[in-house]
Amino acid sequence: MSLIEVQGLKKSYGDVHAVRGVDLEIAQGEIFSLLGPNGAGKTTTVEILEGFRNRDAGSVSVLGFDPQTRGRESRIWRDRIGIVLQSSSDAGDLTVVETIHHFSGYYSNPRNVDEVIHSVGLKEKESALIRNLSGGQRRRLDVALGIIGNPELLFLDEPTTGFDPEARRAFWALIQQLRSDGTSILLTTHYLDEAEALADRVAVINKGVIMEVSTPADLGGRATSQATVQWRDGAETKSEKTDNPTAVVSALSTRFNGEVPELVVTRPSLEDIYLEMIGGVDE
Amino acid sequence: MNRIPSALQLGIRRGGLEIRQFARQRESVVFTLLFPVILLAIFGSVFQNTIAPGVTFSQYFVAGMIASGLVNTGFQALAITIPMERDVGALKRLRGTPMPASSYFIGKSILIFVSMVIQILLLLGFGVAFFGLEMPTESSKWLTFAWLVLLGSACSTALGIAFSIVPKSGRGASAVVSPIVIILQFFSGVFFVFTQLPPWMQQVAAIFPLKWLTQGMRSVFLPESFASQEVAQSWELQTSFVVLMIWLAIGIFFSVRKFKWDRD
Repeated sequence: MSLIEVQGLKKSYGDVHAVRGVDLEIAQGEIFSLLGPNGAGKTTTVEILEGFRNRDAGSVSVLGFDPQTRGRESRIWRDRIGIVLQSSSDAGDLTVVETIHHFSGYYSNPRNVDEVIHSVGLKEKESALIRNLSGGQRRRLDVALGIIGNPELLFLDEPTTGFDPEARRAFWALIQQLRSDGTSILLTTHYLDEAEALADRVAVINKGVIMEVSTPADLGGRATSQATVQWRDGAETKSEKTDNPTAVVSALSTRFNGEVPELVVTRPSLEDIYLEMIGGVDE
Repeated sequence: MNRIPSALQLGIRRGGLEIRQFARQRESVVFTLLFPVILLAIFGSVFQNTIAPGVTFSQYFVAGMIASGLVNTGFQALAITIPMERDVGALKRLRGTPMPASSYFIGKSILIFVSMVIQILLLLGFGVAFFGLEMPTESSKWLTFAWLVLLGSACSTALGIAFSIVPKSGRGASAVVSPIVIILQFFSGVFFVFTQLPPWMQQVAAIFPLKWLTQGMRSVFLPESFASQEVAQSWELQTSFVVLMIWLAIGIFFSVRKFKWDRD
């Protein structure tokens, strides 16, 4: 059964057609990543799924519920989802544990406060006032508040902006842990390496339409695209695009009598493919 | 599976959290709770005259200070702090949880009511100790006082939440809200004797709740004989009640219908 089903979603702001007919299907248990440049309709789409915005046209079902519905039913629905927004800097005068404990009271079946603090790595900071946390610690708190309700579905918006590489790796491990605990995740991110590391499937959105939905490895024909073999020949750096990199390397090896100087074999990164996709529409 | 907590239950929890947060902002605690006391100290020292037999200016002023304290602590504070909460994304985050809007409103009401009670106690204690303030002795006056504080606090809270949709940003909120409150205070007879104000000013003030709160508070703190010196030669408590109820209804209507959780 699909967790999220979107068909023909449209949303305009005045003359600006932010979302122009988006179809999406996200399965239970997967990490699904929505990629796209600023102004592509990414945020609008996600905010409609989160129930923050109303749509102009199309049908949307999130956990079998229309996010546009208000009232008591909407509370029961919100009880089952978690949202980590882009940036928030509120409640600076409360401690980490006070805040998480308070938010846990909003839900019918919250996770254990202490466990959540542990899992986001804030144990040492639990008695610190939020205003004294670093940017990365604050983001961890955001995630803690997103998962305290034990959600079936978690929305993660640009979760690691401003993280150092080490913190980012730790954060990725946390997200993977959540997935293996059974939480489905919709991730929006600017970082292609992040999508590649975490997502089971990615969708590229541009100018209000979905361009492709695929696994990170297959996006844009990446898995079958040509490899580039690069090496050094005297003072010159040479490269060759090929469908058979192994044969090229083997031939080079024979030519250089063993080691090929500064040998590199690459395939297009997710970022290369992505930039090509969104660049292609601009023309 | 447990049930989702009720809106009232969450509202009370939010009230506790709001008070805790407020108590940790030392500057604003001191400012909010002591500002009326400081004003009383200044005005009480400057104007030591009596405005009617047995009625000192301090006595008159305390009534006005309690009334305008209700406006400052509720309306002004909320119309400024809610846009700030909106700016930093706190409201949007709350919107994404199962906590209903009514719980948020209940939490704010509790915060305002509690800080109002503390403020009034400080003001009365200070007035009695240093400015010869005389407390009412009849229980009927205390009853009037109780409903005025309750209704005034509710009205001020509801209007503050409703008005929070007006400022575009937290930074600009104070510039929008403060002048309104200060002008209302001058027009409503907080700083001056109301009947000495120009009639047009009195008429404008009569539209808004502060004039009626102030007049009601005078009925509590001034001798019965002073009623004859009011505009209508009476305290007009029924009118106060009706005007405050109308403004409360307006405040609740806009709070429920128009509250903004997100910038833009």
